[in-house]
Amino acid sequence: MIHTISLGTHVLAQGTFIRKLGDGRIEIDTGGQRLAGTPVAGPLSAPRSGSPLRRLMSAPRWKGGLFAALSAIPLAFAAATAPRAQEASEILNVSYDPTREFYRQYNTLFRDWWASQGHEEVTLRQSHGGSGGQARSVIDGLEATVVTLALSADISAIAERTGKIPADWQTRLPHNSSPYTSTIVFLVRDGNPKAIADWDDLTRDDVQVITPNPKTSGGARWNFMAAWAWALKEHDGDEQAARDYMTALFHNVPVLDTGARGATNTFTQRGIGDVLLAWENEAFLALAEQGDAAFDIVVPSVSVLAEPPVTLVDGNIRSDAQRAAAEAYLTHLYSPEAQALALRNFYRAWDTSAASEEDISRFPAVERLSIDAFGGWALVQPTFFGDGGVFDQIYEGQ
Amino acid sequence: MSDTNLMTRPTPVTTEPRLARHILIGTVVTLIAALLFAPLMAVFAEALRQGWAASFEGLTSPDARAAMRLTLIVAAVVVPLNAVFGIAAAWAITRFDFRGKAFLITLIDLPFSVSPVVAGLALVLLFGANSWLGAWLIDHDLRIVFAFPGILLATLFVTFPFVARELIPVMMEQGRAEEEAALTLGAGGWRIFFTVTLPNIRWALLYGVLLCNARAMGEFGAVAVVSGKIRGETTTMPIMIEMLYNEYLSVAAFSLAAALALLALVTLLLKSLLEWRYADLLAITRRH
Amino acid sequence: MRAGYLSAPSPLPGFGLSFGITISILSITVLLPIAALVGHGLGIGAADLWEVISARRIRAALALSFRAALAASVFNLVFGLALAWALVRYRFWGRRLIDAAIDLPFALPTAVAGIALTALYAPSGVFGQLLSPLGIQIAYTETGIWLALIFIGLPFVVRTVQPVIEEIDREVEEASATLGARRTYTLRRVILPMLTPALLTGFALALARSFGEYGSVIFIAGNLPFQTEIAPLLIVIRLEEYNYDAATAIGLAMLLISFAMLLTINAIQIWSRRRIGNV
Repeated sequence: MIHTISLGTHVLAQGTFIRKLGDGRIEIDTGGQRLAGTPVAGPLSAPRSGSPLRRLMSAPRWKGGLFAALSAIPLAFAAATAPRAQEASEILNVSYDPTREFYRQYNTLFRDWWASQGHEEVTLRQSHGGSGGQARSVIDGLEATVVTLALSADISAIAERTGKIPADWQTRLPHNSSPYTSTIVFLVRDGNPKAIADWDDLTRDDVQVITPNPKTSGGARWNFMAAWAWALKEHDGDEQAARDYMTALFHNVPVLDTGARGATNTFTQRGIGDVLLAWENEAFLALAEQGDAAFDIVVPSVSVLAEPPVTLVDGNIRSDAQRAAAEAYLTHLYSPEAQALALRNFYRAWDTSAASEEDISRFPAVERLSIDAFGGWALVQPTFFGDGGVFDQIYEGQ
Repeated sequence: MSDTNLMTRPTPVTTEPRLARHILIGTVVTLIAALLFAPLMAVFAEALRQGWAASFEGLTSPDARAAMRLTLIVAAVVVPLNAVFGIAAAWAITRFDFRGKAFLITLIDLPFSVSPVVAGLALVLLFGANSWLGAWLIDHDLRIVFAFPGILLATLFVTFPFVARELIPVMMEQGRAEEEAALTLGAGGWRIFFTVTLPNIRWALLYGVLLCNARAMGEFGAVAVVSGKIRGETTTMPIMIEMLYNEYLSVAAFSLAAALALLALVTLLLKSLLEWRYADLLAITRRH
Repeated sequence: MRAGYLSAPSPLPGFGLSFGITISILSITVLLPIAALVGHGLGIGAADLWEVISARRIRAALALSFRAALAASVFNLVFGLALAWALVRYRFWGRRLIDAAIDLPFALPTAVAGIALTALYAPSGVFGQLLSPLGIQIAYTETGIWLALIFIGLPFVVRTVQPVIEEIDREVEEASATLGARRTYTLRRVILPMLTPALLTGFALALARSFGEYGSVIFIAGNLPFQTEIAPLLIVIRLEEYNYDAATAIGLAMLLISFAMLLTINAIQIWSRRRIGNV
């Protein structure tokens, strides 16, 4: 006997009756397959539970899903191919942005020197980014062999949070573990039209100052401390007067870029602002790129001794051979050749014996106050740049 | 579409007055020029500021080549995975009823609305050295963040909804009558899919795949958090662009950006050409 | 026939397989990381979470992000509709090129887009030079944020509405015309209701996407606290301070807001589909 059934909403099918299903539907044989559905003439109480195609659907409904779920998990982890574990003679140098040229040249120098000492060849890998972000990556598991960052607070954060670096790391290498230093200078437009000579000019009403955000840029923290150093000295150590000066200074800042390069770009390319607070090496680099005709460097009466330190990440060392290579990588930064390389890349290095006269004479004389005068980065970082610190108060108070 | 007929008809009822049309077209073209083409031109102008040779040099450096390779590999893994997911999700959502469908669609849309920075943060919280899962994986020498899998997961996250979002409205629109008809004719599940569903959705699928591909190649925020930025190893093209830019290598940075934009434009033009070439076929599949 | 679409059981196979794949990939790529974020947030405790979020500066940033996203999405809603209509219905020079270029904001890395837009709209840029004599400043103001977000969200409305316009049967419009309706009346009362669900989807996606946008905005915004500092930037700032808890708190606040927006709009959509049928 031929029955007509309705499948879902759209389609009717006809076939010989096989059996009645419990929910008012019937199963029919269409000649090639068995289908279940609501008989068209029968009671039209369309069932909500279950599905019309029992044979296809009922039993394996969830089995298929389970299978798919299980097979997808290894799929995701199959992608998690273990990247090569650090080989014995492999060094990953996690550094900050402006050092790219320097470390590219230094890596070649070191590789050749290391091989000439009769050692196995060393693989050098390089990572660059904003100093704070790079430190965070190492904290979160980036397997740096050595870190070469913009300021010691970032390396101390790694030491504190991971224990992979001993607390006294900064005493391990000469000059506070800083093979090269820099300072903060002013970059002004050609001919210095606003006649900016020193820090007190920056709070004038007709001057706009460009500096990146100290929260996101290591260089900007040095900018801030350089200004602070001057203000404190100018007002004979009166902290409130220094704060007022900083508030007035940031009142003249129209844009807070997130990185040093962004700020340089805002100043040089977009034509915003009258003065850019910048790393000395960045200022020289901007001159080199834009040509001497576009900008002038103004050296303030007081600035800060900016020390970008380097250290070994002991906790990530896998073998003695790797440790030896990594330690040599850092100590060789103090060799005359490496120091000459740093000087050529606009960093103030210590050893001038192998450098050319041109590279040495470039740097103007400036009084550079050490960050230790303010208690060192361990104190400065939370007091000035922590949540609710001096920098936040400047804006909260407005 | 019967444009010619419309033009010759004395009073077309299905279009706007001539003046309105011209104003609309004028506004649209102006705004698009100012919003889309001008930035694109700016990118190309920056890339070619020092001539073709300098720009070419920027593109052929080993690091740039490694970045291109990584980006293409990531796209090659992410796009098929998202295509499979998109088809499965669209099939489940448009062909069946279940509780919480709106919720599921919302979950699928979620990656659109999660700030890429938050997505990266979530991955770091999950797989970073300071989480128990991350620590366990690192003990077993499995690296997720700061390695290829992390970049893959971040890209997968941000491109997740693209294919599904394209397919769901189309498959909803088409309904399931044709599939049900095929079923009564004896076709099995896979056969129905390949002979009935797939031909109907192939344009939407192609489109979703192209979008997913474009976004997979261009993603920056989420990948930046989990990349580790190891030169030549974990730097995708957008990461490399940022690094070059921060290193005062504007020409190289913008050359790479132009290459990325060009790659995207070519795929999109290809899609337009395909559509144009198969316009008749398309009209048929759309109408029925 | 489509009215009953959602309430009828389906005879088609493959629910288990497709649902399984959907849920498992969804879990691994989206839910697991989000769960980690939420889990971390729960570990902080509600009181501390609230303390972070209710800070004046964070409220200002969240409000700015939402306001700018809303303004940009409303603009994109109108402009996107006009653009989609022009692309489907009119034939003009450069149409195909525009059609292909709509998706550019997806493809261009957001940072590149931000830099390029800033170069154009800064006072020294091509457009900035034209606008600044009129007293209009775009870059480094809230307007700049709007501009970047309009750029980011543009494809969403166009691409969701475009296929629906293509689907519209001209017979409907002709019928409306023969019944004496004017063109504006037809557009308003016949066409617009058909486009509403797609418009809503596009609007929701654009809104949600631009709410969380970071890469392009930070270049064109001035990033000044209380003025042009967006919420995602605050997340990055908190991360740079190694303050994962505060970053998570802001991230969760943003997540909740966008999830609520999406859920509302998806619900409205399913409800409207049910009410007026599938269009």
